[in-house]
Amino acid sequence: MDKLHLDQHISHQFNKELEDIRNKVLTMGGLVEQQVTNGLTALLEADNDLATLVAERDFEVNNLELEIDEDCTHVLARRQPAASDLRLIVTVIKVITDLERIGDEAEKLGRFSRDIIQISADTPSYRKELRHLGELVKSMLRDSLDAFARLDVDAALRIAQRDEDVNREYETLERLLASHLVEDPRQVSKLFKITWCARALERIGDHSVNICEYVVYLVKGRDIRHTNMDKIRSEFMKSSAD
Amino acid sequence: MSNSAQEAFDNLTETVGTPTVENPKMQTRNVNVFYGEKQAIYNVDLDIGNNEVVAMIGPSGCGKSTFLRCLNRMNDTIPSCRVSGEMLLDGEDLYGADLDPVLLRARVGMVFQKPNPFAKSIYDNVAYGPRIHGLANNRAELDDIVVDSLRKAGLYDEVKDRIDAPGTSLSGGQQQRLCIARTIAVSPEVILMDEPCSALDPIATARIEELIDELRENYAIAIVTHSMQQAARVSQRTAYFHMGKLVEVDDTNTVFTNPQHELTENYITGRFG
Repeated sequence: MDKLHLDQHISHQFNKELEDIRNKVLTMGGLVEQQVTNGLTALLEADNDLATLVAERDFEVNNLELEIDEDCTHVLARRQPAASDLRLIVTVIKVITDLERIGDEAEKLGRFSRDIIQISADTPSYRKELRHLGELVKSMLRDSLDAFARLDVDAALRIAQRDEDVNREYETLERLLASHLVEDPRQVSKLFKITWCARALERIGDHSVNICEYVVYLVKGRDIRHTNMDKIRSEFMKSSAD
Repeated sequence: MSNSAQEAFDNLTETVGTPTVENPKMQTRNVNVFYGEKQAIYNVDLDIGNNEVVAMIGPSGCGKSTFLRCLNRMNDTIPSCRVSGEMLLDGEDLYGADLDPVLLRARVGMVFQKPNPFAKSIYDNVAYGPRIHGLANNRAELDDIVVDSLRKAGLYDEVKDRIDAPGTSLSGGQQQRLCIARTIAVSPEVILMDEPCSALDPIATARIEELIDELRENYAIAIVTHSMQQAARVSQRTAYFHMGKLVEVDDTNTVFTNPQHELTENYITGRFG
């Protein structure tokens, strides 16, 4: 069942309801992606206006979550979806929870921008490291949303794999910050804020992995959370058979 | 049918899923059914296990009722109907020369779409089977069977004060439970149900479904239903029939969340089949 065939129900209204839900999720995904980009830019360029914009638009993300949740509840109550339709609704309910959390992380990045800029010139601000980590998770998020839109299991599993890079980068940065803290304990508050930013970015990577896992569930009907990813990859990924 | 679905159906030689169970009460292998020249069932293998409810679903004319009726030789009454293949009840051939179809139908009871109580009292409706099969030696034993059957069918408390009233004076849901009591009264081993709730309101339907779940403790049950929600609610395994072929059979959770065949998917999600 590699295609959802949302347009093939006997009920046109049902087709439309599912299409609408799917489109709203993609809209929400696009908005959240934009929020992450803006949050990261606000952080790295100490752009307060942009940080404010990110905070304001977080309401839009939250409202979309509520709206899509309500739509899904209505479909469950009125249509009693089964098989791929049921999996789509379950997947959507889960995906939007992760998207909303990513939105919160983006807002957090913006909020810390003020503190980062205030780090004195003689103290490294770790912008380069944060930018690198940020680019990694931004591409993970974008690609996981693409995998959802295209129902691409292969891509989803590949993207999930990239979380290992993110974790490595995050741990490296954490070690740097820890040794800096030992050398210069007076900077504790600022260094903590940088750690939180790194943590927020790392979490965005984790949420993107969750989205990828839901894509596999949606397409294959298999819940791969908390399972050995190597096994899953060898089972589902086309390239591993080559 | 979309091209790919048609192709998948044409290529279907083997049922998807697991048609057999570990402790079968009934086994069918390679069953073909014809009405005159027209073939209605193609090579169906399906087990009905002890203490399980198997739901048979599929579009009208897919053969599910025909198949169900073969399980207690109801099709014998149709002269043009021919059945081939193997059908076993506890390993015994249903169509064997030494098997009396009347006795078979006592062992494999049937409940129909429309409640069909006899034009007799509630008591006599239930007592009818035990009487003709000589299951009671005296009136007291017969009383016990009637009360016990009505209890098992969840009807006793509602009718105990008017047990001599005509069966037809009951509501539709009560009549259907009366028919179930009448089926149970001859101590069957298997109960076949052909759309048992299609003429009932949701409350009466819920009562029958609850009853089906209780009956499962003692019987093997096969139910044909047009309501997919009902199949999902009452059965442990679901079999999907399409144009005379058994397309897919698996545990009900799998069929309703992750069916493997495109035709099953199309049917249960209400897509063009």
